[in-house]
Amino acid sequence: MRLEYPPNIKIIRIPCTGKVDVVHLLRAIQKGADGVYVVGCLEGTCHYNEGNFRARERVDHVRMLLEEIGIENDRVRMYNLSSGEGPTFAAYAREMTEHIIKLGPNPLNRVGKE
Amino acid sequence: MIVAKRKPFDEIDNMLKGYKKVLNVGCGTCVALCLAGGEKEVEILNSEIDMARKLAGDPITIEGITIERQCDREYLEALDSKVEEYQAILSMACGVGVQFLAERFPQIPVFPAVDTSGLSANQAVGWYEERCRACSSCVLGLTGGICPVTMCAKGLYNGPCGGTNQGSCEIDKNQPCAWYMIYERLSNQGRLDNILAITPPMDWQNQVPRTLIQPGYKKPEDVS
Repeated sequence: MRLEYPPNIKIIRIPCTGKVDVVHLLRAIQKGADGVYVVGCLEGTCHYNEGNFRARERVDHVRMLLEEIGIENDRVRMYNLSSGEGPTFAAYAREMTEHIIKLGPNPLNRVGKE
Repeated sequence: MIVAKRKPFDEIDNMLKGYKKVLNVGCGTCVALCLAGGEKEVEILNSEIDMARKLAGDPITIEGITIERQCDREYLEALDSKVEEYQAILSMACGVGVQFLAERFPQIPVFPAVDTSGLSANQAVGWYEERCRACSSCVLGLTGGICPVTMCAKGLYNGPCGGTNQGSCEIDKNQPCAWYMIYERLSNQGRLDNILAITPPMDWQNQVPRTLIQPGYKKPEDVS
């Protein structure tokens, strides 16, 4: 398909979104990522039944933790699509990038620079 | 098992104000099982504290270690050589662990990161329901295995009270009446006469920390 999506996105491949942990998402923000999003299978189609539901709950948990400490919780999001939806993957990548550009850099990276 | 709930972040943040180097000690037993204070929760809380303090322009060095049990001297030993380099200790253990830690290192402030919330059963992952208040006067033999101290809003040893309402408690329609449940179970077992037994009220007054020595064991100072 040779679809283009923003080059600033770094993909980390995992066997199932159910493997994503709160610690992983939080650490990404802690280490300076401007945003993190999890792309899982469509709800109801998980090969392991509830992997993507677990991921969504963990994403929600991280959003709550970020809010607690005063970082915009919308820097962490969850998207769902099927593995055949390349164009949707690219569209979500563009949507997330535009959204993060609007939010600006990770506030942790701004500390001490202002 | 003992269950606990993590304290609100602001409360923890306030306790650590002014400290620049802190050790967060997790406990690998009950609070790890109830997902409140094990290795993973230590890591999550440390990330939060690190980020929050960085944002506030007051960075902190916070490190984590999780020991098998904080209520056991054997495991606390592992901290002896470590704690000196820290200004404060944050403990993610239950109240027993926090106090045991504070007792072992009296020169260093120890702060609790969780609220100990009871003795509960695991209904599903992340879902815990209290079943015991550790009152030291167990009446489960008389009550069909349903604890009135825990399940009854008034903790009545002899019930029900006038607030029982068609199986529910007067405090909440969704809260079953413990004594109604006890009646049903005893009735099904043909042991209704048990409900007539009068149990003297629990003497909660003048409580001192209870000590338990199992048969065949002695306090260390009595051994020699």
